[in-house]
Amino acid sequence: MTVTDGEGAVKVGCATCHTLREPSPEAVRDAADLEEFHAGLTFDHGELSCRSCHAPPGYDDFRLADGERVALRDSMDLCAQCHGPQKRDYDHGAHGGMTGYWDLDAGPRTRSHCLDCHDAHAPAYRGMVPAFPPRDRFLQGHGPASEHPAPAHDDAHPDRSARR
Amino acid sequence: MSHDDTRKDDPTDDGFWNRRFGRRTAMKAAGATLGAAAFARAMAPLTELRADTSIDEILQRHYKELSPEDKEQVFARLEQEARDQYGAEVSISDPRPQPGVKFGYALNLSVCIGCRKCAEACHEENNHDRPTNNSYIRVLEMKKGSIDLEQGNAWYDHPVPAEDRYYMPVQCHQCDEPPCVDVCPVEATWKEEDGIVVVDYNWCIGCRYCEAACPYHARRFNWKKPEIPAEEVNPDQGYLSNRIRPRGVMEKCTFCLHRTRKGRLPACLEACPTGARVFGNLLDPDSEIRWVLENKRVFVLKQDAGTKPNFFYFFDN
Repeated sequence: MTVTDGEGAVKVGCATCHTLREPSPEAVRDAADLEEFHAGLTFDHGELSCRSCHAPPGYDDFRLADGERVALRDSMDLCAQCHGPQKRDYDHGAHGGMTGYWDLDAGPRTRSHCLDCHDAHAPAYRGMVPAFPPRDRFLQGHGPASEHPAPAHDDAHPDRSARR
Repeated sequence: MSHDDTRKDDPTDDGFWNRRFGRRTAMKAAGATLGAAAFARAMAPLTELRADTSIDEILQRHYKELSPEDKEQVFARLEQEARDQYGAEVSISDPRPQPGVKFGYALNLSVCIGCRKCAEACHEENNHDRPTNNSYIRVLEMKKGSIDLEQGNAWYDHPVPAEDRYYMPVQCHQCDEPPCVDVCPVEATWKEEDGIVVVDYNWCIGCRYCEAACPYHARRFNWKKPEIPAEEVNPDQGYLSNRIRPRGVMEKCTFCLHRTRKGRLPACLEACPTGARVFGNLLDPDSEIRWVLENKRVFVLKQDAGTKPNFFYFFDN
């Protein structure tokens, strides 16, 4: 049974279960150790354990390294306590995109939350399949470093060099 | 010497044709015919041209010489052309540079994953030709440890980021000393007060000198009329930026001036999923772009070319 829907959004308040039962003492670092609940959770976040971030009692809040509780809506502070350089860059607009206006006198701006791109339990940014490349008529895939290097001599176009 | 002497070996030939129509004359006549035919063939495109162009367009003056009333007429004509040729309702604006603004753009090479969403967003925002998937941005896949642009591959088609590679999107850098502006024989391209190098598409003659001069391959040429389905045309257009260009003119990234001169972010930045792009006003000391230039390891491409780009690349620590 899982407390998340297919896309990872938590559908049940943590306190719903955890005011009635304590988290399993076996699960320190990996959800695979659990026999019930939280099945399917992939965990790959360094040497952290569940309770590094999830705060007893109730586990509805997070906690910082010094024990201070952080509400769900302020969870970026939790990431920031270890990932300071990224948070500093984020505050200066150099990490984690934005939409809207560069000129804040002219209009608003929407910023992403850390979790919009990074899964908190396995935050390494997964790769993507890129959008399509340009369809250059003569040089499609024949650049010097491409997977399909051009033939040494292009018989169809004897005067055309294969390199841009 | 009379022509008769050349045929005196043949008694049946009285030199009749030779007197009236000698070899020299025949060569002249054939040459003139071929010349006339070649001239007609060379002039043939002009007859087709009449279908697509109007007297108004041929007589239109350079953008810098247009009065506000002229501009209204020009934009109305262009909007009508978009209706006729593409079936799309568009509105063409002409936002002027804001005072106290000089645009700068920075790109974080530690964060860019080469997904090409920026190039795709540019393709849609700027009404590019669909079949060639044209865009002002080319993302080069570079080997880690190398900055050799000649080895960059723009045509990778595997999941990204790949092992041992980093990704470098390249677009017009809006240089402070743009070679493309220097070489234009008709001054169809120039640098405006906010730093953007623009092109008057109706003045450009399509000689492509600017494309040859640009060290970054930022310039694109319209080999054919762009093909865009009506429902995909971006109707929010600028005269100097993303209106649909005709065949035979040059074009390039304008930092989305139809958006940025109104304070909005360029389309490529909004599309970037990792937040590798930073844009803003270089003259504002509190802007993000200034923070990047002051706090990150920043460099420009082909610095020795002396172009003084306003597009900066940086790595995180």
